[in-house]
Amino acid sequence: MSERGASSSSSRESSPPHSTEAGGRSGGSSSKRKKKKSVSGAQSGISDLEAALSGRKTIQVKVNGRVYQREVEPRLLLVDFIRDHLGLKGTHIGCDTTNCGACTVILGGKSVKSCTMFAVQADGEEILTIEGLANGKQQELHPIQKAFWDNHGLQCGFCTPGLIMQAYWLLTSENPNPTEEEIRLGISGNLCRCTGYHNIVKAIQSAATMLRSARAQEQVVVTAREGRR
Amino acid sequence: MAVATFFGARVNRREDPRLVTGNGLYTADVVLPNMVHAAFLRSPYAHARIKSINTEKAKALPGVIVVVTGKDIASKLNPVPCAWQLTNAEIKVPKYYPLEIDKVRYVGDPVAVVVAETPYQAADALEAIEVEYEPLQAVVDQESACKPDAPLLYDNDVPNNLAFHWKISSGDVSRAFAEAEVTVKERLVNQRLLPTAIEPRGALAQYNPSKDELTVWITSQNPHVHRLLLSLMTGIPEHKIRVISQDVGGGFGSKIPCYGPEAVVVLLAKELLLPVKWIEDRRENYVSTIHGRDHVEYVELAGKFDGTITGIKVITYANLGAWLSTAAPGVPTILFGTMLSGPYKIKNLECEVFGVLTNTTAVDAYRGAGRPEATFILERIVDIFARKINMDPSEVRIKNFIPRDAFPYTTPTGLTYDSGDYEGTLRRALEISGYKDLREEQAARLKSFLQESTETGKRKRTKEKLIGIGLSSYVEVCGLGPSSIVRSTGFALGLWESATVRVHPSGKVSVFTGGHPHGQGEETTFAQIVASELGVNLEDVEVVHGDTDKVPFGMGTYGSRTTPVAGGAIVFACRKIKEKARKIAAHLLEAREDDIVFDSGRFYVRGSPGTAKTLAEVAWASYGAGSSELPSGLEPGLENTTFYDPPNFVFPFGTHVCVVEVDTETGQVKIKKYVAVDDCGKQINPMIVEGQVHGGIAQGVAQALWEAAVYDKDGNLVTSTLSDYAVPTAYELPSYETASTETPSPHHPLGIKGVGETGTIASTPAVVNAVCDALSNFGVKNIDMPLVPEKIWRILSSSSPRLESPSSTTSPS
Repeated sequence: MSERGASSSSSRESSPPHSTEAGGRSGGSSSKRKKKKSVSGAQSGISDLEAALSGRKTIQVKVNGRVYQREVEPRLLLVDFIRDHLGLKGTHIGCDTTNCGACTVILGGKSVKSCTMFAVQADGEEILTIEGLANGKQQELHPIQKAFWDNHGLQCGFCTPGLIMQAYWLLTSENPNPTEEEIRLGISGNLCRCTGYHNIVKAIQSAATMLRSARAQEQVVVTAREGRR
Repeated sequence: MAVATFFGARVNRREDPRLVTGNGLYTADVVLPNMVHAAFLRSPYAHARIKSINTEKAKALPGVIVVVTGKDIASKLNPVPCAWQLTNAEIKVPKYYPLEIDKVRYVGDPVAVVVAETPYQAADALEAIEVEYEPLQAVVDQESACKPDAPLLYDNDVPNNLAFHWKISSGDVSRAFAEAEVTVKERLVNQRLLPTAIEPRGALAQYNPSKDELTVWITSQNPHVHRLLLSLMTGIPEHKIRVISQDVGGGFGSKIPCYGPEAVVVLLAKELLLPVKWIEDRRENYVSTIHGRDHVEYVELAGKFDGTITGIKVITYANLGAWLSTAAPGVPTILFGTMLSGPYKIKNLECEVFGVLTNTTAVDAYRGAGRPEATFILERIVDIFARKINMDPSEVRIKNFIPRDAFPYTTPTGLTYDSGDYEGTLRRALEISGYKDLREEQAARLKSFLQESTETGKRKRTKEKLIGIGLSSYVEVCGLGPSSIVRSTGFALGLWESATVRVHPSGKVSVFTGGHPHGQGEETTFAQIVASELGVNLEDVEVVHGDTDKVPFGMGTYGSRTTPVAGGAIVFACRKIKEKARKIAAHLLEAREDDIVFDSGRFYVRGSPGTAKTLAEVAWASYGAGSSELPSGLEPGLENTTFYDPPNFVFPFGTHVCVVEVDTETGQVKIKKYVAVDDCGKQINPMIVEGQVHGGIAQGVAQALWEAAVYDKDGNLVTSTLSDYAVPTAYELPSYETASTETPSPHHPLGIKGVGETGTIASTPAVVNAVCDALSNFGVKNIDMPLVPEKIWRILSSSSPRLESPSSTTSPS
């Protein structure tokens, strides 16, 4: 564990340092804007790139088994695409620096933080969001969702979809039989402020057992549409 | 029938199915037709005059609907109100406007707002606004800010930047110190923290011209209070505003206050006749949403060599930031100074608090709000005292605890502790943690460490890890609170709570609570209360909250008050319903009311349980209201609204034990064991109690080891992202061993006490005590939080360990 508490302002963001010159800059400015700037600043043919960026691009993605075709701005973040263009509000935004993991989705079989990708980068990909687990129905929970419920693995619920998607990736793609330490490391890209993680870890342990036993009995319990290919 | 067992059962939360499936409805999730998006331009300077603002370029950008500056709306919005104007100190409340007009006072202070068709367009437009600032000298630390030569935030409106100077004393402190056999003193810093609810704040306002009404979806812990304060700021009558706050992604105090931009959004929605939405990003949250703690404390303790504590004296410099946020003045005073004797029978106490304005984001209530600060200095100074007199810290605590037969106990500051068994929780915590064995292991490790150091001749290179054991005993005041007391301290409203319990004709029950749970699980625990009281099935009870059009005026959720106070209101509402239902049942059964027995949801004549009327049958009769159904003179319907004003606060307590391992090579601290024994009286749902304790411990441990909101000298918040502010992950935090004792509150109808903040209050000093204990042989008395590896490594690198074991280090002097 590094000494993060007393670190200086070595932000991972591409925002410029505070300047002393007069002029409007937003102290709490938006991450969306910065992303665009960082791209343009890295290139020499800025005006060409600006022109390219100002256009719109048609992308096609398969989300929770359904194919969507949409025209988007190149700078549109994937998480905003999922939330605002597809109306899937279960994927949340808790930061703008890839730290909190509230926006975690499964893209091409890997867990990704959808605030850290542009929608255009997801063109042609398959995505699974929290709504795609167990058809998004409250009466029909995926074993991981059930385990979070049974183990009181959530309180305010804001980080929960991201944590469940991360746990889903961990248990179905990475390590079906993790130790407590492996679980803690496996979800260390997701922040929860309510639970102190104790019951989240318990929930994932319990879900791992359920999933293993289901697999052993060759019962198909994974009801996510993505899993039915 | 098993209904009576709902109280005390580990019932799964009914909140969860919607939340685990992504079907929660948080403010940012609400979408309205024609919705437009606001973004605030915030000051990059901590202190500067606004010379000019040019919005022309921004207005010309695509999608931009309007750009508004502080000057544009100066006549339309009142200053941000402060709701806790202390009565026993002269308090200066500066005028702080929702958008600054001529001066900015912290980095993040809003100066203009853009409304555009998309959030991206709004963000673009912010960058096109040209503001000319004249930078002024900034002051960020509270001790400098109240010195005569410090720059003034509000000129002569707040001389010396001193918002208030508050004092409390009891007994004879001078004499206690004059006659003390031993005194210890220390400067302790309770560093600034960022509450960091994972959901940032936001608001969406929609004006309905056909009814001249506004609906505001907002991230709030107290929708009715928000409605009132928004009305005060905007001048829109309270009854013309509806505040809805469905799911809230954590608050921890940061969603109690009403913030200027929230009022701006409301105003814009009305002026533009469009729904206006504003959602913070994390950086904006960190610079503009309230911060917590930030005390500098000078603490002195007087005592005797036998371990008796005879007096305590505290001088506190509380950093309040650039404006007085909604509850800010009460946090470092009432909620702090009155609790400084903690669980101990200390009679002589003195506390002086300087509430200081600085060029930083406002500080207000963060989980525990005042009580963690009080517990931290008390538990730290008790440990320092114990070491000085060479007594085990557990023995010093036991020696000074208020004994269990002394309750109700009046403290020197005038509070009446309702019930307690402080020694009971401490002994239980020692037992669970294996305290005696831990001390032996510690001594053995130390011996081996010293031997290894001697052998290698290079102490620092030893692989041995040192063990430290830290205790923390606490009592906290919560369940705020009796209105007569909180009003006497200057709080703007009473802190009662409301409940409407409505039995529908079919016997289903709706409960409308003025509390507003957002993670604490009261949708479940309140249903458990009602199911137990009315003898109905759990699934037949619905708990409604977070909508001012649905629930009666209520004070909201904070200060561990919802279960004791809002729960109390629900209990009494249920009991009044039962009284009425009994009358109806007697009428239906043609019996005397006195002969009616109520048991598990059924009314019957004593001795004839076979012929019973269920609550549903009684409810049907109450709405039928025919002469055979209702006794004459009784009103139809079966519902009750109760406003419960508690007779006293409730005082949960406990002892936590933290065991740390300190890596002598790297300075890294690892929590090996964490034991929490808490007593919150009767528990409605132990699973939820444990969850509250876990989360509380995590936040307190985070303060001890990692988190700190850091400003540079120019007033830039250098920890303004989650990359810089060290909220711990699952990998850094330990598992927790929790246990409880049960000492019911004698004045509460269910014997319950709050538990939302106990973990945070107890854990910070337990961890720091443990680390200081581990390093005691290096001459360490105190280390300022957060106890990051570098600080510890420097101590280990620069000092030599004394060869004595901790139990024989110092002799009384």
